[in-house]
Amino acid sequence: MNNIVFGQYYPSNSPVHKLDPRVKLLIVLFYVVTVFFVVDYAMYGALFLFIVAVALISKIPLRVLFRTVRAVVILVLITSAINLFFTKGEQLLFSWKFISIYKEGVERAIKLALRLILLMLFPSILTLTTTPMELTDAIESLLAPLKVIKVPVHAIALIMSIALRMIPILMEETNKIILAQKARGADFDTGGVLKKAKAMIPVLVPLFVGAFRRADELALAMDARCYSSVAKRTKYKVMKLTVADLVAALFCLSVFALVFLNKYLWHFDEMILSLFH
Amino acid sequence: MSIEVKNVTYTYSPKTPYAATALKGVTLCIEEGEYVGIIGKTGSGKSTFIQHLNALIRLQSGEIKVYDIDLSAKKPDLKRLRGTVGMVMQYPEYQLFDETVEKDVSYGPKNLGLDEAEIKERVREAITLVGLDYEDIRDRSPFELSGGQKRRVAIAGVIAMRPKVLVLDEPIAGLDPKGKQEILALVKKLKESFSPTVIVVSHDMDSVAENCDKIALFAEGEIARFASPREIFYDDELLAKTELDCPSVVKVSKELSRLGMSLPSMPVTKAELIAALRERRANE
Ligand SMILES: Nc1ncnc2c1ncn2[C@@H]1O[C@H](COP(=O)(O)OP(=O)(O)OP(=O)(O)O)[C@@H](O)[C@H]1O
Ligand SMILES: [Mg+2]
Repeated sequence: MNNIVFGQYYPSNSPVHKLDPRVKLLIVLFYVVTVFFVVDYAMYGALFLFIVAVALISKIPLRVLFRTVRAVVILVLITSAINLFFTKGEQLLFSWKFISIYKEGVERAIKLALRLILLMLFPSILTLTTTPMELTDAIESLLAPLKVIKVPVHAIALIMSIALRMIPILMEETNKIILAQKARGADFDTGGVLKKAKAMIPVLVPLFVGAFRRADELALAMDARCYSSVAKRTKYKVMKLTVADLVAALFCLSVFALVFLNKYLWHFDEMILSLFH
Repeated sequence: MSIEVKNVTYTYSPKTPYAATALKGVTLCIEEGEYVGIIGKTGSGKSTFIQHLNALIRLQSGEIKVYDIDLSAKKPDLKRLRGTVGMVMQYPEYQLFDETVEKDVSYGPKNLGLDEAEIKERVREAITLVGLDYEDIRDRSPFELSGGQKRRVAIAGVIAMRPKVLVLDEPIAGLDPKGKQEILALVKKLKESFSPTVIVVSHDMDSVAENCDKIALFAEGEIARFASPREIFYDDELLAKTELDCPSVVKVSKELSRLGMSLPSMPVTKAELIAALRERRANE
């Protein structure tokens, strides 16, 4: 990893990659709120199609997008299972010894799983199409009004971006140290939990020593160049809203509006069902 | 034959947008007792190549044999391999971790599963070999030593495993001229004691020309030439193509012949240069 970008970022030059990161961040915030207002399967389906469409526009292979769900599979399974077994309802579907499953439980488990997956998918598109540095800039810009009440927004953003910059460096360093200790016969793969944890000591000690050394060096280098957190500074990459940002925002917001309209005005589920009656 | 490498190709992060092919069909044979230099521009695949030699990087395609250990096997005997090929990585002083120098140096032999007495003996021997005072330094913390001492301790940690092949990745990077000479002399001494085969990655042409029997010149993941220093540094076409710098001795010799004072031989080491100059004077 000699790249500055890391983690999930999936490089490509799609319209979504080029959007203003502030707009993307706000859209995702609205999306997260919206998901909690989804009530029926039709809307889950609609949001899912929406996500697939955005992924296609971003030129992110669906395989890559769905891989991000793997991170929450266990969480999804556990929460669904809890809801499945502990929801009491009226329509008993199945019962054996102390286990009894109701129709309501099944429904809740499915909806919860869908909700968690949807909650994971769309923000993933944000991290797949936006570099961490762009995100930090976006957060700094969005939090700028807080400067009025003396929140050190710039310092917070600087800490975030240094931390982000350090992650790939530390990852590279960890890899190097692991290789070096492997060359000295270290075995990280066999043995129980305790043995494995102990095997990490020769990696962690040099890693921490190195991290402190780097922090010192960086602080010195910044001091040497007269860095000051109060000075007014300009940006290397200036964020500018464009027509594309406006279009993207309107499109997404109108999709989200559907969810609210559906919850409070129409009921797609019933409409679709009525078509078959 | 101590190391046989056949047609090794390696790609980092394959099947992702970050895929980078670092080695393309590398083939090479290194005999026991040879001092081999590996040179090439930055990013040419030198580190990737040497990390294959003790399976720090697992083979993707091709074959590697180190003595009788076949690295293309499904489960090569890694413990034995790592005892056979000692790898000193770049800036090895950054891998020290234990409370005392003695404990740190014994990490390798311990991992090999040797018994207490044997470990103690090897640690004492290794620390002495790298030119440190065993009694004085054994109980000190490796973190309070000087940079040069740390590097020696780290090298001791590798040679305490008594590898038959010693591989060093840029061992003299970041050292002052005296420190460089000391480490190079140390490598020579190790070669005579128990690591008959030495492989050194280096950007320092002078030291490569001075010490190596053979040089593998890497260019963009391929071996552009595997030959003696003389054949490489006097091949102007190759030098131009791979943008390689010459050792000072070769520069002097070429400059002399440009001035119409050609030497009777093609020196690459200081001793050879002096001998050639003497011979030229005797002929006059
Ligand atoms: N961990 C890694 N992930 C992805 N690509 C890598 C990684 N390590 C090396 N590379 C790439 O592989 C190629 C060869 O790298 P390598 O480290 O072998 O070069 P090198 O000859 O040792 O260079 P140097 O003289 O700078 O040490 C480079 O293009 C590099 O960008
Ligand atoms: Mg290297």
